[in-house]
Amino acid sequence: MHRLTLAQIARGLAAKDFSAVELTEALLTRIGALDPQLNSFITVTAEQARAQAQAADARRAAGESGALLGAPIAHKDLFCTKGVRTSCASKVLDNFISPYDATVVEKLAAAGCVSLGKLNMDEFAMGSASESSHYGPVKNPWNTECVPGGSSGGSAAAVAARLIPAATGSDTGGSIRQPAALTNLTGLKPTYGRVSRWGMIAYASSLDQGGPIARTAEDCALLLGAMAGFDPKDSTCVDQPVDDYLAALNRPLAGLRIGLPREYFGAGLDPRLSDAVMACVEELKKLGATVKEIGLPNMQHAIPAYYVIAPAEASSNLSRFDGVRFGYRCENPQNLEDLYKRSRGEGFGAEVKRRIMVGTYALSAGYYDAYYLKAQKIRRLIRSDFIGAFQEVDLILGPTTPNPAWKLGEKSSDPVAAYLEDIYTITANLAGIPGLSMPAGFVDGLPVGVQLLAPYFQEGRLLNVAHQYQQATDWHQRAPEGF
Amino acid sequence: MQWETVIGLEIHAQLATRSKIFSGSATTFGAEPNTQASLIDLGMPGTLPVLNQEAVRMAVKFGLAIDAELGRSNVFARKNYFYPDLPKGYQTSQMDKPIVGKGHLDISLEDGTVKRIGITRAHLEEDAGKSLHEDFHGMTGIDLNRAGTPLLEIVSEPDIRSAKEAVAYVKAIHALVRYLGICDGNMAEGSLRCDCNVSVRPVGQEAFGTRAEIKNVNSFRFIERAINHEVQRQIELIEDGGKVVQETRLYDPNKDETRSMRSKEEANDYRYFPCPDLLPVVIEPDFLDEVRAGLPELPGEKRARFESQFGLSAYDASVLSASRELADYFEQVQTVCGDAKLAANWVMGELSSLLNKDNLEIDRSPVSAAQLGGLILRIKDNTISGKIAKMVFEALAAGEGASADAVIEAKGLKQVTDSGAIEVMLDEVLAANAAQVEQYRASDEAKRAKMFGFFVGQAMKASKGKANPGQVNELLKKKLEG
Repeated sequence: MHRLTLAQIARGLAAKDFSAVELTEALLTRIGALDPQLNSFITVTAEQARAQAQAADARRAAGESGALLGAPIAHKDLFCTKGVRTSCASKVLDNFISPYDATVVEKLAAAGCVSLGKLNMDEFAMGSASESSHYGPVKNPWNTECVPGGSSGGSAAAVAARLIPAATGSDTGGSIRQPAALTNLTGLKPTYGRVSRWGMIAYASSLDQGGPIARTAEDCALLLGAMAGFDPKDSTCVDQPVDDYLAALNRPLAGLRIGLPREYFGAGLDPRLSDAVMACVEELKKLGATVKEIGLPNMQHAIPAYYVIAPAEASSNLSRFDGVRFGYRCENPQNLEDLYKRSRGEGFGAEVKRRIMVGTYALSAGYYDAYYLKAQKIRRLIRSDFIGAFQEVDLILGPTTPNPAWKLGEKSSDPVAAYLEDIYTITANLAGIPGLSMPAGFVDGLPVGVQLLAPYFQEGRLLNVAHQYQQATDWHQRAPEGF
Repeated sequence: MQWETVIGLEIHAQLATRSKIFSGSATTFGAEPNTQASLIDLGMPGTLPVLNQEAVRMAVKFGLAIDAELGRSNVFARKNYFYPDLPKGYQTSQMDKPIVGKGHLDISLEDGTVKRIGITRAHLEEDAGKSLHEDFHGMTGIDLNRAGTPLLEIVSEPDIRSAKEAVAYVKAIHALVRYLGICDGNMAEGSLRCDCNVSVRPVGQEAFGTRAEIKNVNSFRFIERAINHEVQRQIELIEDGGKVVQETRLYDPNKDETRSMRSKEEANDYRYFPCPDLLPVVIEPDFLDEVRAGLPELPGEKRARFESQFGLSAYDASVLSASRELADYFEQVQTVCGDAKLAANWVMGELSSLLNKDNLEIDRSPVSAAQLGGLILRIKDNTISGKIAKMVFEALAAGEGASADAVIEAKGLKQVTDSGAIEVMLDEVLAANAAQVEQYRASDEAKRAKMFGFFVGQAMKASKGKANPGQVNELLKKKLEG
């Protein structure tokens, strides 16, 4: 049963091949048995899952038939879940039981999804390896000595290991797409504003976007259809109808114009990965796509711009974790300053502290213009690069990451090396456009991904291309040994 | 050396919206601690702000009323600092692009002149909560009911030159926000708070002196005293060879002094940046037109109308238009009695002293506008004299009758205008004072003029003030001339 995709589960549940309760029990057992190898879950909510599964079965018995009714998923542990610890993988929120549900959580629950728990991640979503969690690093099911990518590494590892068919993630600089690539999954970062951020604990507000991680584009379409939509509680959420993503899947690709940015194929890219990308391009050509080279000249400035804007916003967003109202508070504070210093000093991990300090510096009087304002200018340039490119092509394609998964600990002492792993993904966040990563082969037995980028609100096009590719290839069907 | 005072004021007006600026919580004053704090006000992880449109509308009203530049778009920014009653670790405010740009307000000074005070800007922001230091034995309690209450911070140019001008300006702002219905103006509850930036410079010098900011002065009286005290302190400091340092000071009304809170060096670097959770606010021309159409008559307009329509003096017009409630009261009295000058005299005279004596606001006046108007009508139609009218007014104030007519009737105060009755009464008075009558008739013109008043007094006394004074004069003269 654990090998089924969401779409197959929907058919199985509809055909009464099994019940949601049976499926949930099977997966809970599997999580109990296998997750100790991966550490992908922070919290397993077995009781709640059983109750939700029973409710889903009851709804089905009463005549309901939603595609996600009884579908098991789990949430990245930055989505607030009422009555359940929502930790952001931080000591700071280890004791935080959210009093409310995130909109994404609420919407998926309303659609009938059964949540099995909360997934591990980089602390406060800051990282590309899921090594910075207070609850220990997540391991890649394809090689448990390797990282699964990050920050949604728990989501990726759990789905790749078939512990759950799909999960929610969030993507601020690549945190859905990069772990999807490193674990042979399909992951979608929607257009900024497509999915509500209400209840998704903020890392960098102007870049954060929730989205699905699953094995297939079809499953991503199913989940996104339920997650997306206007939310009056999020001022940055866009009031625009949600496309029928499932209907979009089957459009033929004939005439699709694909752009290959020359900047994505330069130094730093593992040549074997480049080969995998080109093989994917050939496949898409067979499906009717045309290909041309394009330029995204400002991409070279993306990492510095991102590592100013994201930490700047984070330094402010994380100020509320002060030990006063919720979360970690140091023992016996002597006075207010001591309370602040020790609660935050003891509560936050090294990478979070590093970004808070970088962001605080970038916003400080005298540096604001040189860093923050300049970074915003670069951001506008990157956006116009994309807008220009999309005059010529319908889709931009390239590698999701420069390398396959690396060994645990390999880059944790060199933050800049880890930051460079985001090079292909962060431009989509800076521009706000949607991006998708899909499985595209293996290098040294480790999966690699191809990233597709589309104009604003063209998630349907991304899912369409990925689905058509997945109809013609079987990379995405390969499972890691032992899972 | 002659010194000139330079003052700029920052006024925080709490906007009278029903809910908070970024959440749906109520803004009612005085609720049990933390009962009006939602997830958003508590700064719960994952929560996001949604701007209250009513707060925008109120700010725009203010902008239109001070003839300000209203930019097409304005931007919220985060002001970052740590404080226990600041739940998010930043205050959402406005920095580079405030909703209200440059405008001005005219104030009336005591000498009758009008001075124009520049207003640099006014911006929207959220209030913080309150730290409660009593009752917690070495700890601090936090009440977040006030957190997220919408404020309009109104920043003046350094155009103010004395404590009295400062008070006049604050009063004018106070009147304006109440006219506009955007702030209840209750200074005791902190609905209108004032930070005073004060510096001094030698008369004739163009450059400003170093300023000190006096935080949170919350009454007209304290504003005047705090500024006067601070000016004195700065002058003495400089004349003693010292230097004013840029700092934030606190006014202590009990000791009538200001004291240092923190210096410039200790000041926070607030690390302002545009709030990524809120979009720029775009003010559409249609919205502006709609707000403009709904503006009430403003103090300045009302003052001018009182002068032109009612022929009131500039002073009377400015006093009567100082608050919307007082102006409405006056106009109601005027409508009832049809005599603006009498109405003005009574409102500014008897009514004002009555209210002052009992420390009442006009909306709690024991004499209603209809009652006062009715009273003035009876003066005009000679039913009662001005003197009797004051008695009737006092009776109305004491609740001794529903209307002037009722009081006059019940107390039998109706003026006697029947000349026959007055003649009978005068005859009695003259008979009772026969000696004086003799003396009067023997006197010359000058002496007679003096003595005449005596007879009038006796006559009025005999009639218990009810005889029509004009008739008494006329008939008495006739009789004495004999």
